[in-house]
Amino acid sequence: MKAFAERKILLSNVGLIDPERIDDYLERGGYGGLRAALERTPADVVEELKESGLRGRGGAGFPTGIKWEFVLKSRGKTRYVVCNADEGEPGTFKDRVLMEGDPHRLIEGMAICGYAVGARRGFIYVRGEYALSIRRLERAISQARERGFLGRGILGSDFSFDIEVRAGAGAYVCGEETALLESMEGKRGWPRIRPPFPADHGFRGRPTVVNNVETLANVPEIVRRGAAWYRTLGTADSPGTKLYPLSGALTRTGLVEAEMGIPLRTLIFDLGGGPPEGRELKGVLVGGAAGAFLAPDELDIPMDFGSLRRIGAILGSGAVLAFDDTACVVDLLGSVLSFFAHESCGQCTPCRVGTAVLVDLLARVRSGNGDASVLDAMRRVTEVMEVASLCPLGQSVGLPVGTALEKFRGEFESHLKRGPCPRCEAATEVHA
Amino acid sequence: MEGRIAMEHRPKRWEILRRFPRRRDQLLPVLHALQRANPRNYLSPDDLRAAAEHLRLPLAAVYDAVTFYSMFSLVPRGRHIIRVCRSPTCHLLGATPLIGALERELGIRAGETTPDGLFTLEVVSCLGLCDRAPALMIDEEPFGPLSPGDVGALLARYREVVR
Ligand SMILES: Cc1cc2nc3c(=O)[nH]c(=O)nc-3n(C[C@H](O)[C@H](O)[C@H](O)COP(=O)(O)O)c2cc1C
Ligand code: SF4
Ligand code: FES
Repeated sequence: MKAFAERKILLSNVGLIDPERIDDYLERGGYGGLRAALERTPADVVEELKESGLRGRGGAGFPTGIKWEFVLKSRGKTRYVVCNADEGEPGTFKDRVLMEGDPHRLIEGMAICGYAVGARRGFIYVRGEYALSIRRLERAISQARERGFLGRGILGSDFSFDIEVRAGAGAYVCGEETALLESMEGKRGWPRIRPPFPADHGFRGRPTVVNNVETLANVPEIVRRGAAWYRTLGTADSPGTKLYPLSGALTRTGLVEAEMGIPLRTLIFDLGGGPPEGRELKGVLVGGAAGAFLAPDELDIPMDFGSLRRIGAILGSGAVLAFDDTACVVDLLGSVLSFFAHESCGQCTPCRVGTAVLVDLLARVRSGNGDASVLDAMRRVTEVMEVASLCPLGQSVGLPVGTALEKFRGEFESHLKRGPCPRCEAATEVHA
Repeated sequence: MEGRIAMEHRPKRWEILRRFPRRRDQLLPVLHALQRANPRNYLSPDDLRAAAEHLRLPLAAVYDAVTFYSMFSLVPRGRHIIRVCRSPTCHLLGATPLIGALERELGIRAGETTPDGLFTLEVVSCLGLCDRAPALMIDEEPFGPLSPGDVGALLARYREVVR
């Protein structure tokens, strides 16, 4: 058995360096990956990424090297790199910690990506609320320019690349890559129908790599130390380390980094310190609001893409939201559903109407108004949303609903029988 | 009224807009800049018209975008925006009583502005502060975890600065 503990690679500088001083980053080997990349051909760098097995950390787990290869081989000459820093998945704060604590790692990763795919311009789309991330990134970008890591003829090569920060304005759906591109183009953040994918029709219709912050932050070390080294970390299916944001009923909440495949139990009890004194773990919502509820008998699950997929869950953002025996699952699902109803962009009917209907149905469960047919109705609504919604936001609501109903069914039934529990009563006081 | 404000702000507004290329992809940056410069923390009809004119967009296209994003406001707001999270982690750890305490302490409901124009209270989705839940932001500064009892002292800091 592998013994799992924290393993800091992406976080190796966070908290130790002054993120506003580029020299701190350089002293710890920073921009070594970019230097190494520039000595190789772009196709070589893409090949290294493919061999590393790095998979996207924004939620879907798409192989990064393959995405880059699409763009490298695309016909358009104007290409873009877009970093998705819209982080809005409830329970998730990993990209913020990276951007605030080690912004140059992201900038270096983007510059390498630009070189590999033949782009000259990059954008970091940061959610508007992340004011400190925006300031730190802007500062880091101007320092990188001064030192010749960005701009014309980087490090004496003929590769030119520059980065601009764009602030979002408060919309979870803009984290969906095509909505993000629409937003960057100055429109409302309505997801596009895919295909075409951003790799051939992205920002302003040009081939565009869209990658998550954490994905790009992996790139410098992969190029510096090689794919073979990277593959010694994590699992065959999900190489590398992962950032796991721990929140909820835990003694120690916060961001931890560990090798992919770390058991959920280790994250919760060893790194998170377990539930507060005298309480018992009741369940975990894994992967964000769009993730799956897991019961206490599922804690041995390895936290990587494939293992979670096999039990009908998802790794998503890696978020771990633990709740204890003082929580009410009906109430918690109510909060998840209100979130989706609020964040549904309204472009397509199944999701716009479906999320509102789900909120109403859940209110009926909460107040004990109805029988088991209300629960069946919830399932039917999510089934329609799964097949008929335009983007993954609407398609994914079925996962938290289905897993909550399946694993905590008794709690839903007892609300229907006996009416609201004290938690449900308290939660309905606010009208906002 | 709007006319008078517009007169006062017009030169400043053009100074802001000058920095932005006249391309549609500049719309969000332009709107952020105009809202930041507006003393009432919102986008006035004149702000929207100026953005549309500068970017050579129909006014409707500007409205279309503005109404989509929760950080933009079409009504005047307070000097300080309190954004309190009500997403699952914060909800689990006490966002509801926290919001209740804020409403009582401010004497307004979520979505409203205090009569003295000092605070606007907004209930929002996850702020990425879940390890500090229940959390909120006042303008650009994060706070958490907060209990209802912390609210008075927290707001006092912002009230004092004004006097
Ligand atoms: C509703 C919704 C929200 C999303 N939010 C984010 C986000 O905040 N950050 C992110 O990187 N990806 C987010 N994604 C995933 C992106 O669409 C996309 O898959 C990702 O940016 C690709 O980068 P990666 O391959 O590096 O993961 C979201 C997807 C959906 C459907
Ligand atoms: S599924 Fe929901 S978020 Fe996605 S396009 Fe439809 S309404 Fe918008
Ligand atoms: S759930 Fe409240 S900050 Fe994330």
